[in-house]
Amino acid sequence: MALRMKKLEKGIMIALLVIGGLLMMVPFIWMIGSSFKPENEFTVIPPSLFPNHPTFNNYRDLFVKMDFLIYLKNTLIIVLCSFVGLFLNAMAGYAFAKFDFPGKNKFFYVILATMMIPGQVTMIPTYLIINQMHLVNTMAGIVLPGLVGAFAIFLFRQFMTTIPMDLLEAARLDGAGELRIFFQLMVPIVKPVFAVQGILTFIGAWNSFLWPLIIANDEKLYTLSVGLSLLKGQYGTAFGLQMAGAAFMVVPIIIIFIFFQKHIIEGYTISGIK
Amino acid sequence: MFIAPAVLLLTLFSIIPIIIALVISFTDMDLVGLADYSNIRGVGFSNYIDIFKDPIFLKSMYNTLIYVVIGVPLVVMASMGVALLLNYGSGWLFKSFRVIYYMPSITNIVAVAVVWGYLYNGCYGLFNYVLSWFGLPAQQWLQDPVLAKLSLILLAFWKSIGLNMIIFLAALQGIPRSYYEAAEIDGATGWKKLRYITVPLLGFATFFVTITTLIGWIQFFEEPLVMTKGGPLNATMSMALFIYNNGFQLSKFGYAASGSFVLFIIIIIVTLIQFAVKKKEVEY
Repeated sequence: MALRMKKLEKGIMIALLVIGGLLMMVPFIWMIGSSFKPENEFTVIPPSLFPNHPTFNNYRDLFVKMDFLIYLKNTLIIVLCSFVGLFLNAMAGYAFAKFDFPGKNKFFYVILATMMIPGQVTMIPTYLIINQMHLVNTMAGIVLPGLVGAFAIFLFRQFMTTIPMDLLEAARLDGAGELRIFFQLMVPIVKPVFAVQGILTFIGAWNSFLWPLIIANDEKLYTLSVGLSLLKGQYGTAFGLQMAGAAFMVVPIIIIFIFFQKHIIEGYTISGIK
Repeated sequence: MFIAPAVLLLTLFSIIPIIIALVISFTDMDLVGLADYSNIRGVGFSNYIDIFKDPIFLKSMYNTLIYVVIGVPLVVMASMGVALLLNYGSGWLFKSFRVIYYMPSITNIVAVAVVWGYLYNGCYGLFNYVLSWFGLPAQQWLQDPVLAKLSLILLAFWKSIGLNMIIFLAALQGIPRSYYEAAEIDGATGWKKLRYITVPLLGFATFFVTITTLIGWIQFFEEPLVMTKGGPLNATMSMALFIYNNGFQLSKFGYAASGSFVLFIIIIIVTLIQFAVKKKEVEY
């Protein structure tokens, strides 16, 4: 009896999970299906989830008629730069975890405090600073402000604090330089943090929208999402093109996420948010 | 040496901007001032006084309140519920659905706007078609002032379950199995285990999720920006969008900066209240 109750309970749980999950997926299915529809199928009533006459034209048009290749290149440059930022974060975390210097704790608290500040407060002054540095409408202006982040520094520091000091001392006795210790000893040990921060960094850079929109006036500097918003504004009725653009932004990130999702959950467990 | 680049960048782009924001919130800085700094004049508290007389700002505060009151409980409860369901088993089914629930969190906001804009479309959208199955009339999802707010909340709800669910899931995996085994020996049923072990032990995760969700909804911004631009009739205008519009569309930098400090102060107050309430709770 108790066993049957348990089976029934599990059945209900799974049913709830599946129904909820399918509802969550509706926009994705709708997006993928529509991205293969020819334009004349968008005004058909009732609307269909999948195209009757599938076509690749929408995707082709993104690259032929629109400048999506340039947008893709810019986005990838931002992604690469953000990985440099990831290393800067790791180095800062390392310094906070393993070195003593005057004002260390105060510095650390100030960095943590920057997490609390709403983006809207710093947005205007940051724009003014970038403007003063004559970096408006340059790639550097797009990339620099977001290069380092308090959360990543915090995560690296937390994890590196647990690494025994003896290990570092031993390496120093063997005559390894500080840079070598960092790259050959620390980086391999903190791989799990690199994994989770790496994927979060990638997602963030790939999706970056607002800041490039503010800083880039020149179409040559547009990112994919800025390009897509342009498409949404100018080709408001070209649903197929819009849907293909959206799918082109979303699908790669989902694929990457599926590969690395185990690390994200581990990462949250490591970071001690529980 | 290790710390210099990061600290330099953070100082330049996070700490100095706060000071600048505070300074320009007391000035009349606009596009003219941007071109030539000698045109900037100090105006004392008049930006702060004007902003509370601005009907659009007051409207945006009211809208933000609605977003918070409906959005926060919805997201916290749903993400906890999903995490509990996902934690129920460990087979492939549960693992794949973990990915599915997380997927909306990582999608690009512009792509989301494109897809949802089409879903909400008054003529060809899926939502109105689904309504027609039940004989319900078609709705103007984004054009009706009341409905537009709810439409944005639904979208943001869909997008924010994933991340919070992961935090709950990480917390659930940290609960020792022995607690449940002990309870089972005492004859506790599923519901009682949930009520007396799981939910209390999720206390910290719930606190963390509540506070981050609350701060997130107070700064509600991207969804109205890309979906409605604050319309119709400012019905979806949030405080953050108001600041953005004044700063980057109207180039009223000083006025926008004072708005951003009002927002900042509200966040600090709400966070402090949360911590105060948390302290009163019994620790397990």
